Amino acid sequence: MVRFLLSRLWQIATVVLLVCATIFILTNLLPGDPTVTILGEQASAEQRATARRQYGLDRPAPVRFVLWLGNAFSGDLGRSLRSNEPVVQMLVARIPVTLELAALSILIAIAIGLPAGIIAARARGTWLDVVVSVLAMTSVAIPYFWMGILLIMLFALKLAWLPPSGYIPFFSDPVGNLRLMVLPALTIGTAFAALIMRQTRASLLQVMSQDYIRSARAKGLSEPVVLLRHGLRNALIPVVTVIGLQIGALLGGAVVTETVFSLPGLGRMMVDGIFQRDFPVIQGAILFIVLCVIAVNLFTDLLYAWLDPRVAA
Amino acid sequence: MNLASNAPVTDIEPPPSRPWVILVRRIATSWQGAFGLTILLMTVFLALAANLLAPYSPIDVNMDAILTAPSAAHWFGTDELGRDVYSRVVFGARVSLQIVSAAVGLALVAGSAIGLLSGWLGGAWDTVIMRAMDALLAFPFLVLSLAIIAILGPDLTNAMLAIAITKTPGFARLVRSEVLIIKHVDFVKATVALGASDLRIVAYHIWPNVAGNVIVYGSLAASQALVTESALSFLGLGAQPPTPSWGSMIATGMDFAASWWCAFFPGLAIFLVVLAFNLLGDACRDALDARLGEH
Repeated sequence: MVRFLLSRLWQIATVVLLVCATIFILTNLLPGDPTVTILGEQASAEQRATARRQYGLDRPAPVRFVLWLGNAFSGDLGRSLRSNEPVVQMLVARIPVTLELAALSILIAIAIGLPAGIIAARARGTWLDVVVSVLAMTSVAIPYFWMGILLIMLFALKLAWLPPSGYIPFFSDPVGNLRLMVLPALTIGTAFAALIMRQTRASLLQVMSQDYIRSARAKGLSEPVVLLRHGLRNALIPVVTVIGLQIGALLGGAVVTETVFSLPGLGRMMVDGIFQRDFPVIQGAILFIVLCVIAVNLFTDLLYAWLDPRVAA
Repeated sequence: MNLASNAPVTDIEPPPSRPWVILVRRIATSWQGAFGLTILLMTVFLALAANLLAPYSPIDVNMDAILTAPSAAHWFGTDELGRDVYSRVVFGARVSLQIVSAAVGLALVAGSAIGLLSGWLGGAWDTVIMRAMDALLAFPFLVLSLAIIAILGPDLTNAMLAIAITKTPGFARLVRSEVLIIKHVDFVKATVALGASDLRIVAYHIWPNVAGNVIVYGSLAASQALVTESALSFLGLGAQPPTPSWGSMIATGMDFAASWWCAFFPGLAIFLVVLAFNLLGDACRDALDARLGEH
């Protein structure tokens, strides 16, 4: 297990370095003069030269990369060219919004996907299985932004049950916060639920055909005990992996969902950064999202190796 | 003695169908394949015959018919500038299919070439190429597309390039993993022993055995490419006004949510085409599994 951990950490370190290089190269290829963003169109050549020196833009790209990497690892991601606010401070303000959205989406996905997967597996081949499977297939094909708008039309405009968009921090008004977060979380959660449902159904069907399940039944255990204690516990291992591996897609979905519901999260920060050509902001947001994806993938690998020691062997 | 004359003509077995004919037949006869192919062929027909099928121009403004509900004159209603939503959806099919086919085609060619090279050469080449692909795969598709669009600028061609770049590592990884298995199979070793060149072995012996899975993955990549293209246009980073694009139509429709038809019909079009690609991918995978089972 230790050797497996060290080997994964070495691979991850290489990928993180390559990711940092990719982000730096991409954002430094941005067309246009960054000093226009900092000083505006009217600034003189001298003012631009001073700004270039001040922000280190006059140095060669490899030097800037090493400096940026060193600063990034010590927690300094530079300052926004637009507002002069430290990027780390901007991230700290926006991360809770995206994390809350991700956590609520996963909760909704599990609450819908897991029971639906169990029902579909237990009712295999019946009309119920077909209905649940068709619903899952259609949920996967609905784009996040369209789903979001349909939910706004139904629950906010037609039924007037929930507010259409906006954000209130959880600790200022927990009820108001949750009322605003329900629709965005449902938007991502339903698509995610379909993936969990499909994986739960497939895993449970496989596990329930194993010999030890037959033995459990032969011992006289009731069907719910066989299903929940012996079947589901083992069937959940690949489900956990699917949840971990889909975190990237979930964070990608958060970018558009935050735009639909006007949530001030990481995705909005990145899109605004692109429109404003604010490359330290784009770098910071992308770096945080990608590091999150890598960390969750590593955690999923380790969890899987812990649950199934053959993986680490 | 004439042995041939003794055999009844009816006992002669028909020549076996070619594998790809069996494959296409299997795909077309499964319900997923039939549904997926029907929707996709209809969309291709809409895109090709948009000039004939659309009753109005997709870009001409009509201030006398702003935000009118669906009717006999305007089947899908009109938008905030009085443009016919049905005509824009039909022309939007042309834009979306162009971008998706070009992006997936580019990614398929580039990713397959990288995968074949990496898997066949092995060693340090393989390590370097695959670490670079891993770095790109660590980015969520949309996030990487956004980063590339930020550099190239918001534009349809750039959206296509961005999607192609994000899809390339997936094809490369898939092809490489297949090559690593096939290169150790006896028939490839025999071809090497006969002195065939690397190019000949890869092109004539390895690629045909990899192509099936690449096509299945291509179908899945096409559905993801369509969603990414629509998302980029929705965010204002893909198709620019007045070009009719399903994603940008939803974005403008969002500002007029009370006029539900503006966002509903382009979204329905994306949903149906994505569903069709997914179902076709499922049908291709099942057909390939069945073919493998037969052999």
